[in-house]
Amino acid sequence: MSKLLKYDDFLEYDEATGSYSMSQEQKVRDETERNRWKTTGFTLLKDWRLYLMLVPMIVVYVLWKYMPMYSLTAAFRYGTEDVPTDRFWSGISSFETVLVRNYSSAFWMAFRNTFVIAFYGLLFGFPMPIILAIFFNEVRSNVARSIMQVCVYLPKFISTVIVTTLALALFRGDAAGGSQGVLSKLFGVLSKSPILHGPTDAMKAEGVNFTGRLSLGLLYSAEYFRALYVVTGLWEHAGYDSIVFFAAVIAVSPTSYEAAQIDGAGKMAQMRYVVLPSILSTVIIMLIMKIGSLLSVGYEKIYLLTPSETYGNYKVAEVVSTWANRISTGGSAQKNQPYGMAAEMLNNLIGMVLVIGANKIARKVSDVSLY
Amino acid sequence: MKRKMEISELIFKIIAYVFLIVFAVMCVYPLIFALSSMFSSYDALGEGKVILWPVGFQSTAMKFVLSSGRFWIMYANTLFVTFVGTIWCMVYSILGAYALSKKRLMGRHGWNFFLVFTMWFSAGIVPTFINYQQTGQVMAALVGQSDASAIDMKWLIVIAMGMNATNIILLRNSFEGVPSEIEEAARIDGATELQVLFNVYIPMSKATIATVALFFGISRWNGYFWAYKVTNDVGQNYSWPVQVYIRDFMEKNTSLTSSFVSEEADVANEAVGTAVTYALVVFSMIPILIIYPFIQKYFAKGVNMGGVKE
Repeated sequence: MSKLLKYDDFLEYDEATGSYSMSQEQKVRDETERNRWKTTGFTLLKDWRLYLMLVPMIVVYVLWKYMPMYSLTAAFRYGTEDVPTDRFWSGISSFETVLVRNYSSAFWMAFRNTFVIAFYGLLFGFPMPIILAIFFNEVRSNVARSIMQVCVYLPKFISTVIVTTLALALFRGDAAGGSQGVLSKLFGVLSKSPILHGPTDAMKAEGVNFTGRLSLGLLYSAEYFRALYVVTGLWEHAGYDSIVFFAAVIAVSPTSYEAAQIDGAGKMAQMRYVVLPSILSTVIIMLIMKIGSLLSVGYEKIYLLTPSETYGNYKVAEVVSTWANRISTGGSAQKNQPYGMAAEMLNNLIGMVLVIGANKIARKVSDVSLY
Repeated sequence: MKRKMEISELIFKIIAYVFLIVFAVMCVYPLIFALSSMFSSYDALGEGKVILWPVGFQSTAMKFVLSSGRFWIMYANTLFVTFVGTIWCMVYSILGAYALSKKRLMGRHGWNFFLVFTMWFSAGIVPTFINYQQTGQVMAALVGQSDASAIDMKWLIVIAMGMNATNIILLRNSFEGVPSEIEEAARIDGATELQVLFNVYIPMSKATIATVALFFGISRWNGYFWAYKVTNDVGQNYSWPVQVYIRDFMEKNTSLTSSFVSEEADVANEAVGTAVTYALVVFSMIPILIIYPFIQKYFAKGVNMGGVKE
C-alpha cells in the first residue's frame, strides 16, 4: 500500500498502525531550530576575538560621533536661562526662530552662501582634474610627468592655516604700508577696483574712509572672495583629484588611438570619440559624488577667512557652519546654541539627502557605489 | 590629411605642456614665495618687493623662530598629536576594518551602516564642541580633578578627534581584496585571528595602510579648528599645536587680518612679523615636504585600489 498522503518530507506513514509520525529528518530540523540561538551564541563565542576587534572602533564612534548627534536634541529645547539643564521641550520653536523669525535673514544668507560657494566649487573644481589628467597623458616623458605630478599633488597636503596665510599675503590689497601682494599687483593690471588702486577721486571727494578693512586685500572684499575661494580650492585639490581620472585615462588601450588615427581622427576627434567614452563612467561617478557632498563646504577655510561681521567679505562668505559657530560663541553662547544646532541640522539633513540620492543614482548608473 | 593631423596633435601637445607647466609652477610658487620672503630684508618686505627670489638678505627671522622656545613647544605638541594620534586612529581603524571585512561577522551590514552614516550626517560644530567640553570634564573626573583645564588638551585632541570613516572603508576594501586561500592556509597552520591579521592581511595591504596612515597623519598635522577651540576653551596656550600658533602669531604681528598690528605683538615691527610668519610657515611644512616624496607613489596606488568598491 502506497503512502496516502504526500507529507513525506516531515511525516512518516506507519503501515502497521496506519498512523503518521514525525519523520526523523524533521526531528533533526526541529532540534536545529530549537538550538538556533544556542548555535548562534556558540559561533559568536568562538569568534569572540573578531567581535572584540570591532569594539574600540564602535566605542570611539559612539562617544564622539553619535553622542553629538544625541545632543542635537537640545535644538528642540528652549530656555530663557543660560543654563542648558533648565531648558524645556519646545518643539520646533528654535527652527522657527532660525527659518522665519529673528535669525532668518542671517540664516538664509548663510544658507545661500553655502549653496553658491559649493556650486561654484563644483562648476570650476570638477572639470579641472579631468583636464589635468588628459594633459598628463600627453606627456610622454615619465620623468617630466612625475615632476609635474609631485608639484600638483603637493598643495593637498598643506594645512588650511598656511593656505589662508599665504593667500592673504599674495592677495593683499593697497594697504597703508604699501606692501601689495604679488598676485594683487598682477590683478591690478587687469582691474580698476579701488581695493587694488586705492580710493578713487570720487570716493575721496565723498570722504569715504578707505584706510580701514577695505584696503586689506582681495580676500576680504565682497567682489573677489568667492572667485578667490574657488581659485585657492583649485590650487589645493585639483591636482590630487586628478589621480582618479588619470588612472582612467591611462587605462585606455593604445590600439584604440591607433584605430582612430587610421580612420583619420585628429586630436580633438580622438578626445571626443576615444578618451571621453572610456572615462565617462569614472566622470559620472565622481560627479554624482561631488554633488552628494555639495553642502559640506570646508568650514575651516571660511572660518579663517571671515574674522568678523565687519569685514567686507562677510555677506558673501559666511556659511551655515561658521554662522552656527559664530552665534554660539561669545556673549550669549548658551542661549544661541539651539539655534546654531537647528541651522546646522537643516543644512546637514539636506546634505544627507543629497548624498544618499547621489549614491542611489551612482548604483543605478554603473553598478559601482562608494559605500 | 596626414600633415593636418600632425599639426592638431602638435598644438594639443603644446597646449598640454604649457598648461601643465603653468599649473605646476602655480602650485609650488606660494611655497617658494614663503621661503624667499623668510630670507628677504625687512625693507624689501615692507615695500612688497619680493616676487620670486629673496631681495636683500637677513636670517634673523629664521634665528628668531629657531631660538623661540614657545615655537618648539608647539612643534613638540604637533609631533605628539600627529604620532600618537595617527597610531591611535590606525589601531582602531585596522582592527575595525578587519572585522568588517569578514563575511562571517554577524550584523555586518548594520556595522557598515553605523560607520557610513557618520559620512552622511554629522552633528555639526555646536554639538561636537559641547561633546568635547563634556569629554574634557569626564577625563578630568577620571584623574580626580573637577575642572577640564586640569587635563592636558593634547590628550583630548589625540583621543577624540581625527575620525574618518572613509579611511576605514579604504582599509576594509583592501582587506576584502586579500585572497581567502592565503588566510585558510594560515589557519590550517594554526594561526589565530590576530596572527592572521598581522602576518597575512597587513603585509598584503601595505600600500593602502601607508596611504591611510598618511591621510591620518596629514590631517593631524594640519588640524587647526578643533585644536584651537578646545585649547582656548580652557585657556591652555601651552598645548597649542603649531598651526594654532602660526595663526595666532600672524594675527598679532602682521596686518594680514586687521589693519592694525596688535598691541600684544611679539616682534619689533610689522615687517619683522611678516618675515617671522613666513619662517613659521616654512618650518611647519618641513616634515610634510620630507615625507611626501617617499610616500607619494604609495598614495596614488592606494587611492586607486581602495577607492571604489564594485
